[in-house]
Amino acid sequence: MQPDHPRERWLDEAAGPLVRPYALTRGRARPRGEPLDVVTILIATGRPAPARVRLTREQQRLLTLCRRPHTVADLASELGLPLGVVGVLAEELLENRLLEVTRPLTGARPDPGLLRRVIDELRAL
Amino acid sequence: MSSGRFDDGPRLALKILVAGGFGVGKTTLVSSVSEIRPLRTEEHLTDVSVGVDDTSGVETKATTTVAMDFGRITLRDGVVIYLFGTPGQERFWFMWNELSRGAIGAVVLADTRRLTASFGAIDYFERRRIPFIVAVNCFDGAHRYSLAEIREALDVDPHVPVLTCDARRRESAKEVLITLIEHAASLSAAS
Ligand SMILES: Nc1nc2c(ncn2[C@@H]2O[C@H](COP(=O)(O)OP(=O)(O)O)[C@@H](O)[C@H]2O)c(=O)[nH]1
Ligand SMILES: [Mg+2]
Repeated sequence: MQPDHPRERWLDEAAGPLVRPYALTRGRARPRGEPLDVVTILIATGRPAPARVRLTREQQRLLTLCRRPHTVADLASELGLPLGVVGVLAEELLENRLLEVTRPLTGARPDPGLLRRVIDELRAL
Repeated sequence: MSSGRFDDGPRLALKILVAGGFGVGKTTLVSSVSEIRPLRTEEHLTDVSVGVDDTSGVETKATTTVAMDFGRITLRDGVVIYLFGTPGQERFWFMWNELSRGAIGAVVLADTRRLTASFGAIDYFERRRIPFIVAVNCFDGAHRYSLAEIREALDVDPHVPVLTCDARRRESAKEVLITLIEHAASLSAAS
């Protein structure tokens, strides 16, 4: 057995360029509360933005996508932004009630009944 | 592969992690069984020992983005399985903490030519009691060990499924996922 590839090699091949997400999130580096899960499903409420709130271009794009339900990971992928940046942008929209979570995640694992259904469907695919 | 309608968006999102060292077949497995999409996450370089100027003692706010494998399998009634492939090295475990919360479980991909590269991942999921299986990717020309030999080398609990796969084949990749989900279902039914 050979040793694993050195970490530098992996970084070179898969890491992106250095970025400063702080510019995109207007200095708010981390969400205040419990961070959103990557599979939290978000949907736009359709409310108008409060007068004092100025949305960034990325937030507007995010809201447009969320006319249909999207997970945080779907949004990051479609917007071409890193997961953490999308989390911060979405938190602000949630606080202003422009977005809502379709069903809060509890952190519990899926129940066996659901898993058996998923297995049957996977087999049939 | 075409994995059903996604038009209405997800109603219920399930997570599966695919972990393993560089070159073990994570990207191949996720691509052969799901609809893949680009996805990046941030890695704060101050949290790791790479590229940090520790002579100044000033916290550098540099962040690098890390590409992840990301794929979706859309089932009926808006149930969507989200696959996340992340590297196996310890410095990427910060991703696993979040990804494994509420997840179905994890697939640890292993390569018989360097099984030791999987030890860290196995340890991680074992200690946190996250359901996981080991899928041994059979590369061409690699020396074939028996499953019993591999199981012994990995020293996993007898109840943890260990199977061989060919990550390039969709049916094989599907069987890997089904084995994990069956394992997760039997664990939660027993608890
Ligand atoms: N022979 C063989 N090659 C494979 C298999 N799975 C992956 N590969 C090849 O191994 C290389 C590394 O796989 P990749 O999925 O990129 O690994 P990752 O770094 O874990 O994402 C690629 O060139 C794949 O085509 C397999 O089951 N058999
Ligand atoms: Mg890869």
